[in-house]
Amino acid sequence: MMSTNDPVYYLPPPSRWPIVGSVALLTLATGFILYLAKSAAGPWIMLAGCLILARMLFGWFGNVVQESNAGRFDGQVDRSFRWGMVWFIFSEVMFFAGFFGALFYIRNIAVPGLADADLIWPGYPGGWPTAGPGLKESFSPMPAWGIPALNTVILLSSGATVTWAHWGLLAGRRWQIKLGLALTILLGAIFLVLQAYEYIHAEFTIRTGVYGATFFMLTGFHGVHVTLGALMLVVILGRVFAGHFTPRQHFAFEAVSWYWHFVDVVWLMLFVFVYWL
Amino acid sequence: MHAATLDDTGQHEEHPYGLMRWVTTTNHKDIGTLYLWFSFLMFLAAGSMAMLIRMELFQPGLQLVQPALFNQLTTMHGLLMIFGAIMPAFVGFANWQVPLMIGAPDMAFPRLNNWSFWLLPAAATLLIASLFVPGGAVAGGWTLYPPLFIQGGIAYDMAILAMHILGLSSIMGAINIITTILNMRAPGMTMMKMPMFVWTWLITAYLLVAVMPVLACAITMLLTDRHFGTHFFDAAGGGDPVLFQHVFWFFGHPEVYIMILPAFGIVSTIIPTFSRKPLFGYVSMVIAVASIAILSFIVWAHHMFSTGMPVGGQLFFMYSTMLIAVPTGVKVFNWLATLWRGSISFETPMLFSLAVVCLFTLGGFSGLVLGLVPVDIQLQDTYYVVAHFHYVLFSGAAMSIMAGVYYWLPKWTGHMYDETVAKWHFWLTTIAFNVTFFPMHFLGLAGMPRRIPDYAMQFEGFNRIASTGAFVLGLSQLLFLYCVVKCIRGGAAAGDRPWDGADSLEWTLSSPPPYHSFGVPPLVR
Amino acid sequence: MMPKEGTWEPDLQPPRVAQRAAALAYLLFGHAGTSHADYAINLPPPATGIARQIYDLHTLILWICAAILIVVFVPMVIALVRHRRSAGHVAHRFHDNLRLEILWTAVPVLILVGMAYPATKTVIEMKDWSASDMTIKIVGRQWKWEYEYVDDDLRFISTLSTPRSEIDNVSAKNPNYLLEVDRPLVIPTGAKIKLILTASDVIHAWWIPAFGVKQDAVPGFIRETWFRVDEPGTYRGQCAELCGVGHGFMPIVVEAVSPERFESWKTEQRSQMAALKEASAREYTMAELVGHGEKVYAANCAVCHQANGAGVPPAFPPLDGSKLVAGPAGDHLNRVFNGRSGTAMQAFGPQLSDFDIAAVVTFERNSWSNRIGDVVQPAQVAALRKQH
Repeated sequence: MMSTNDPVYYLPPPSRWPIVGSVALLTLATGFILYLAKSAAGPWIMLAGCLILARMLFGWFGNVVQESNAGRFDGQVDRSFRWGMVWFIFSEVMFFAGFFGALFYIRNIAVPGLADADLIWPGYPGGWPTAGPGLKESFSPMPAWGIPALNTVILLSSGATVTWAHWGLLAGRRWQIKLGLALTILLGAIFLVLQAYEYIHAEFTIRTGVYGATFFMLTGFHGVHVTLGALMLVVILGRVFAGHFTPRQHFAFEAVSWYWHFVDVVWLMLFVFVYWL
Repeated sequence: MHAATLDDTGQHEEHPYGLMRWVTTTNHKDIGTLYLWFSFLMFLAAGSMAMLIRMELFQPGLQLVQPALFNQLTTMHGLLMIFGAIMPAFVGFANWQVPLMIGAPDMAFPRLNNWSFWLLPAAATLLIASLFVPGGAVAGGWTLYPPLFIQGGIAYDMAILAMHILGLSSIMGAINIITTILNMRAPGMTMMKMPMFVWTWLITAYLLVAVMPVLACAITMLLTDRHFGTHFFDAAGGGDPVLFQHVFWFFGHPEVYIMILPAFGIVSTIIPTFSRKPLFGYVSMVIAVASIAILSFIVWAHHMFSTGMPVGGQLFFMYSTMLIAVPTGVKVFNWLATLWRGSISFETPMLFSLAVVCLFTLGGFSGLVLGLVPVDIQLQDTYYVVAHFHYVLFSGAAMSIMAGVYYWLPKWTGHMYDETVAKWHFWLTTIAFNVTFFPMHFLGLAGMPRRIPDYAMQFEGFNRIASTGAFVLGLSQLLFLYCVVKCIRGGAAAGDRPWDGADSLEWTLSSPPPYHSFGVPPLVR
Repeated sequence: MMPKEGTWEPDLQPPRVAQRAAALAYLLFGHAGTSHADYAINLPPPATGIARQIYDLHTLILWICAAILIVVFVPMVIALVRHRRSAGHVAHRFHDNLRLEILWTAVPVLILVGMAYPATKTVIEMKDWSASDMTIKIVGRQWKWEYEYVDDDLRFISTLSTPRSEIDNVSAKNPNYLLEVDRPLVIPTGAKIKLILTASDVIHAWWIPAFGVKQDAVPGFIRETWFRVDEPGTYRGQCAELCGVGHGFMPIVVEAVSPERFESWKTEQRSQMAALKEASAREYTMAELVGHGEKVYAANCAVCHQANGAGVPPAFPPLDGSKLVAGPAGDHLNRVFNGRSGTAMQAFGPQLSDFDIAAVVTFERNSWSNRIGDVVQPAQVAALRKQH
């Protein structure tokens, strides 16, 4: 028989959250399809799917938090979580890499190819930014050195504040964690508000040729990730208030702060390659 | 390290029974079983579509299906086989075997594991339902090229969403496998003592994590071009249809290695077992698999030689493609050297593995031929390509899955399968496979394009032969089904180690293994 | 004299019961069809220098692969026979050898370098279309090819001319089944011909196996390639990129003729185009327009909108009972001429003559259950064309 004093690798019992998650995604997908097919029921079914998904996330993560607080996770489980988060973030990096690759190809191969195709697009000069040879609109692109530059400073600062919060956690100063996290969330929120302002006042849309498409796709997905990161930070802050995390064991905090740094790095790439160059 | 594992229900191994057991399980063996049955179902569904395709192509003229439905059948056959049959089958093997082979109690993230599986029926529902919507199912080829893809009906969006869900499942599964292999090996099992099957899955999992998100990129751009006014693939807006091809094939080429590396792992397990000799050149095999994976990232445009890329591009991708032949050849030579001076017996898993080695090599040669740009210009988009990828995917991937099923069925069920029926399955499959697909090389060389429902008169002869072989090939798989079901229901007792040449950790357990195994991790010397 | 239009109309509806029965009988009991099969096992006889190089390169690779196959399979068979357990062979325990690994890594690399050298030379030559003697612009469309002799202001469309009855197994198939067109591309022998390709809708690919030429036609972009044929003859090829339901039904036929014959052919074509222009300059009766329009419809419209005008909603709307058709002729004409962006409805203005368009619009307005009663004359179409 096994001794309960021996360290164990925690194996969770059977769980209903995965099937709930699948039902949620199928519902969400069906709603989206109906929405695309211009059915009035579409958005409602999508909402239902989102709610089921939210329930699943609360339930599942709730289980994990409970297990963690009950001390079921030893060093090996902790290492599993670390590896998992690392490779998850790597997969997200590859997602953005695909869009950056598309941007690179469009600017350096496709647009020059169109400029060369005089027979089809006479007089099209190419160059960047461009809405393409067939669309007759002119537009002004997003300047880098206004709000986007400010947003760079904001996100970089938020990276500093979350790191400062982490130091507080390591040193056992709860007020520092709380203040650091709160500042990080606040900076993230300001970032999102400023991005929304930029979106509303942009002199082009996602339909403005390939400039609009790449701009909004890249910055849009980035904004989604900032939102997710901010929500995760809020959850972590809530857990801090609930007394979770010790200086020796606080992987969830680290995972979310890694995610936040990743979001920050993606922004730097965006700033350089989408706004600036 | 660890001495024991407990689940939340304490000492007793209580788990729900009936339907709820399968829906809520966090057990890698259950989840492996779910993946394998799902993949078999998809294999039969996609195979039926292939039967319809070959029936139409039996003769020139349109007899059974009109071009619109024909294009749906070819597209769905490809999507279901790749994403529904081959990939889930290999994940099923990973689930069953990886924890057992490394002496781990389960996967690193057992609940996530369950979700990775249960996402598949959701995706399959979307994809199969798309056959019945106005306009019919996706019909632009499994490669989804725009602008054709932009023209399609609502089924195309269903396919995009289904692939997003499949991608999510694969990425989470891959993260699980990487973490399991890196973090949960039994004490003493260093990386260089891991069974070859585990190595191939480690590397496959890295490929999945790297490229499935890129597929997500590509299909998201298709979705926005279709519905949200973007111009990624529209020249008038400054975009380029060829952009899609680049992004897709950056995923697509590693994808084909994702489908073959686990096959190599299975073959590298079975051949040493039935040669009663260790795998030759273990270190070199590891390096070969890693090289194949790394090289797979820089060859993608060999699927695009006729798109009009500059000479420099064609030459670069030609050279890199030819280079991939080297590590692949190394593996074949190592298998050969494993056989050499062994003590060889010919049970069904071994027969399938030998067929894999021979026939995959032929597929490799046709791949090399296609890798040479001038020849590829003649053969791109012809039946030569269809022959090539069926040689590597059917006689490479699918037959290695069959090999693995026969090999591990005794362990999973505790019963020996019926060797006579299994051998019938093997011989019918192998012969019918070659009758079906070998003539397609000739058809391609002679000038028959692919993805056409009707063809010119000179192609009739070989098409008839191919269709005849296809009918036999399809029906023979029912023997496989029979064999598997019969084995599950009963058979001669297998014992712990029915294969005397087998030496990995799973053979130290009972057959079938306990529901929770390696609660006490073994010490590996 | 009017140029002959294509007569193909792939039908998206299932065949009628009688045709189904005939097809089933055909399927079950076989037919004399196999007499046309030629069981070719290699690339077709090369008609250009590039095709010859490709043929030879392929032969070289085949021999190398055959040699490697022997090196791999002979030892394998020996092992499977002599090292069988049932023959009593006992397994040895060796399991690595560094020298062997290096050998069977290095030797393949050398073989590959040997293959890469001739391949590289051909690749470079295939992309060298400098100093060409003439240029032909090719536009791939769903599901036909448009050819334009850039230096001669000569342009026409080439469609499949195999009768629908052959595809539906009602009449016997001719030897050039699916490989014949109404208007082939005629070129002079001995000239280096540069091709510039594009497409109007989706990606197509122009391919003649005997030439060793295959080039994707990408909408919105220009692609180039070249060939030179020395032997007169008829060379056939097919579209080589999936482009929808008509992908298997848009063949390519090139007729290589002597330079003298080529010049006289061009003159014939020009007088035909002039006759067509004249035909578009006068007025026609309803019966004339509807009669001609029916042929134009069969060749260009029926593939999507169906012979009975019912279409295949939602992608291809019905014309029988359509609001657009019942409305003002100007709107109807506009739709046919300019197409509808964002859908599969092409702009037929650039593809068809004024007479053809006037006829087909008149036909649609006065066929099936449509009895609008008005006509559209070629002059109206010409006026619309002037606006562009």
